[in-house]
Amino acid sequence: MSVRRLFAVWHARNLEFLRDRSTLIFNFAFPLALVIAFAAIFGGQPRALFKVDVVAPPAAAINARLHPFLGTRYVDFVRVEPDDIEGAIRKVERHEADLLLDLRTAPRYWVNEDSPKGYLAEKLLLQAAGGQARREPVSGAAVRYVDWLLPGILGMNMMFSCLFGVGYVVVRYRKSGFLRRLSATPVTAFEFGAAQVLSRLLLTVSVTSLLYAALALLVPFRNEGSPLVLLLVAVAGALAMISFGFMMAARFTSEELANGAINLASWPMMLLSGVWFSLEGAPAWLQSFARILPLTQMLDAARAVMLDGAGLPQVLPQLAWLAVMTLLFLGIAAAGFRWRPD
Amino acid sequence: MTPVIEVHELVKEYPGVRAVDGVSFSIPQGQCFGLLGPNGAGKTTTVEMMEGVTQPTSGHVLYRGEPLGARFREEAGIQFQKTALQDKLTVRETLTLFSRLYPRGRKVDALIETCALGEIANRDNRKLSGGQMQRLLLAVALANDPQVLFLDEPTTGLDPQARHNFWDLIRTIKADGRTVLLTTHYMEEAYFLCDVIAIMDRGRIIAEGPPSRLLREHFGDVVLELPREDFPADVSSFPLPVLLASDRVEISTGDVESALRTLLEQGIPLQHLRIRPRNLEDLFLELTGRELRT
Repeated sequence: MSVRRLFAVWHARNLEFLRDRSTLIFNFAFPLALVIAFAAIFGGQPRALFKVDVVAPPAAAINARLHPFLGTRYVDFVRVEPDDIEGAIRKVERHEADLLLDLRTAPRYWVNEDSPKGYLAEKLLLQAAGGQARREPVSGAAVRYVDWLLPGILGMNMMFSCLFGVGYVVVRYRKSGFLRRLSATPVTAFEFGAAQVLSRLLLTVSVTSLLYAALALLVPFRNEGSPLVLLLVAVAGALAMISFGFMMAARFTSEELANGAINLASWPMMLLSGVWFSLEGAPAWLQSFARILPLTQMLDAARAVMLDGAGLPQVLPQLAWLAVMTLLFLGIAAAGFRWRPD
Repeated sequence: MTPVIEVHELVKEYPGVRAVDGVSFSIPQGQCFGLLGPNGAGKTTTVEMMEGVTQPTSGHVLYRGEPLGARFREEAGIQFQKTALQDKLTVRETLTLFSRLYPRGRKVDALIETCALGEIANRDNRKLSGGQMQRLLLAVALANDPQVLFLDEPTTGLDPQARHNFWDLIRTIKADGRTVLLTTHYMEEAYFLCDVIAIMDRGRIIAEGPPSRLLREHFGDVVLELPREDFPADVSSFPLPVLLASDRVEISTGDVESALRTLLEQGIPLQHLRIRPRNLEDLFLELTGRELRT
């Protein structure tokens, strides 16, 4: 082996990489985005031991002046709007919140009698309240982490398939000159894009359905809702994410650059869309940002169907949002689409 | 009758380079028009502006009297100089794809027959030889049964046999009355296929007309070629003007008999004498002072 030759090739590759400014920027921007995302999710105060949802009078702040229990340390108090009280009770039933406390009139709380953390949180509440609170017992088994995680894992797999499957291929077509050849035919950018999106949709939804069926046999999991509604959610989510991938690839001519850009888009989605853990404790701005992402919308809808048995009317807002994003991404991609590599 | 294609004062500038510098010509129905010139003369840039895939810096192109639009894209067949097809498709599948992109796509079997692709119809298009690939690309260009066909250096890199096979194909297509625009740097190809040629150099057209007329106008003589070793080492005092090539001597003359007499008087053996008419290569040399294939 010649070190001299190795060095020559190494040096030439470094020069190529350093001179490809956009790829270089992405290679640095991506880890930076990762650090920022982790800091936003896990940084700040130490994680609380208990989570208590609170319904408070409209103008009141959530603090010890409203009720002495609210001054307890290591408890995460989350304000719940009065309209959402049904959903909050369901969270207690599913062990997603340890207590629900309603302070609009005389203190009243919901506790799950099967939850060990609920038992401890109740002790703390009664000590702080001097026993003055009305008890509303509920029951229900905890949502197993596997039931909660499964839609996330399937969704993440779909996301990678959607983004890379279309993004990479379109950039390769452009680089090889195939797109240039197509540009001399009556095919429009929208037609070409729609064909790519539909082709990948068929593949992604088929693979995900097979995975779902195989998992149902191997690890029995919870699905309270209709498989057809779930399929609709998967189709809408995949369409939005493939269109997003197509938009990312609308102008790039380098596969390395496309790789960097798609990674940059996919990692925040993986961290912020609730694939692995719920973002309920994260800052509000981060949650608002996460709600824009197509993967978040798809997972919210899928979990609503699978864990709560939601029907079509309940997931319509997410489906509508995904449809709007699909059209937006496809429109932007078609308007800025580049057929030629130069 | 309105020409099929009209090119008016086309200019294409890239940073620091004027690749095409005010080119104008028109092509009537059924004509095979050749753009001839060395590499870098501006042929491909010109033809890409005519195809609508490159925007001119100034000037314009008309198709049947109208700016290039949907009608042009439906009626034009294009074979790019360099292009790639979709991977992992067979010849037949590739043609099916392109045929379906047009409202009046030709039948795939007819394309396969026209371009002699029968034996390789089910072969992966990445596994074709150079000649087979060019025939497939021609078939792709014919997929919409085009009224006008653009062929950008279609035989570059092909061996002589493949090139002659390709010429036969083009002549068949011409016989159907289609209008063809061909770019090439092979003068024999232009001479063999084109009704009219325009010779390009450094972004400009330096001569235009039917090949035989151009040759007649510029040359009244023929060339006598003899082996270099049959001549004395020093030809400076030879009574005829001679041009020394690497392995031969060329003498241009309008009076062949007189030249032959002089050669005999000088004791030059005529055993390997070859008399050839002037060709487009000579014309390019005459017009630019440079050889075509440089």
